[in-house]
Amino acid sequence: MIQLNNVEFGYDKNRKLFNGVNWQLEPGHLYGLLGRNGAGKTTLLKIMTGLLFPQAGDALIDGEPAHKRTAQQLSDIYFLQEEIYVPHLKIKQFEEAFAPFYPHFSHEQFVEYLTKMEMDNMLGFIDKFSHATNGLDIPTKSIFRKIMAAYADEQKTVIISTHQVRDLHSLIDAVSILDNGRMILNAPGDVITDKLLFDVDDQKAQAGKLYYSEETPRGIYQVKENVNHIDSALDLELLFNAAVQNKQEFTELFK
Amino acid sequence: MDFKSTQTIYRQIENWVFEQILSGAWKPGERAKSVRELAVAFEVNPNTVMRSYERLQNQEIITNKRGIGFFVNEDAPEKIHAIRKKEFMEEEVPEFLKNMRLLGITMEEIMAVSN
Repeated sequence: MIQLNNVEFGYDKNRKLFNGVNWQLEPGHLYGLLGRNGAGKTTLLKIMTGLLFPQAGDALIDGEPAHKRTAQQLSDIYFLQEEIYVPHLKIKQFEEAFAPFYPHFSHEQFVEYLTKMEMDNMLGFIDKFSHATNGLDIPTKSIFRKIMAAYADEQKTVIISTHQVRDLHSLIDAVSILDNGRMILNAPGDVITDKLLFDVDDQKAQAGKLYYSEETPRGIYQVKENVNHIDSALDLELLFNAAVQNKQEFTELFK
Repeated sequence: MDFKSTQTIYRQIENWVFEQILSGAWKPGERAKSVRELAVAFEVNPNTVMRSYERLQNQEIITNKRGIGFFVNEDAPEKIHAIRKKEFMEEEVPEFLKNMRLLGITMEEIMAVSN
């Protein structure tokens, strides 16, 4: 389990980016970490993986401070950043150089994923294929989702920090929203749809509180209080907009 | 499958399984596709498929045989028929009748079309 308790951090001494962030991540979920540019998503991930140290509070991986960076911790986590360094190596050489750091590494899975990505020539150079995740073309996006669906299980915690929510909404089953140095929402998808109703209608909600609405030619898209416990499909974009407009209420609602 | 409709993904997968069984693609007594297989095919989180499968279990459409996987129950087609009929009567018929009233359509006109 990954846990952040009252984490404080700022690149500038006089301006805190995080003023007590609490975040708990349970295995078995694929979290979507959402936040505006500059909200600190990458910084938070760097703190979690021991690349930056909290100035106050704790960042714990299975109960141990992340900044200790023990071999055990590092062999259990992988942080794929936006910009990654890919050495000029053949895929086979790359595997030989990096696999020993990860005791859970599976050659079979590696080959399977490479095959799916159509880059299974083990003698090809890996840096030729280093498309950043944002640059995935249409067929590769689908392959990426299939790989993630096959990869996720009850022992793994996956966090994806992205603005491309439409590409990933069917995979994300827990949502964390970072805003203004605070985690204003952190909940599994089924808890969210139990409390909130995502709807498109000709008119605004009559019963219950209306948290967010957006008028479109197809009707009024809205996020409202789920008074009648109706099941609706979670819309990540609407959720994000509703959350940043109702920080206080949402913090209470999802305590 | 397009997940843009307002129906939840797990309900859409549940309906898809209903169709597989009604069409005979999944036969009674046979093994159902694994949670992971469906997750990969639909590109969704395995937890979402699990939720569909839990609902299907509660409706006695499929059974979980520990360690082996999920199996289609012998009477699954009849059960689905009953569930579908109930949904039709409770959801689609009232909507249909509402539209009939709205447009001033009589039962006789409907009968003429159905014949």
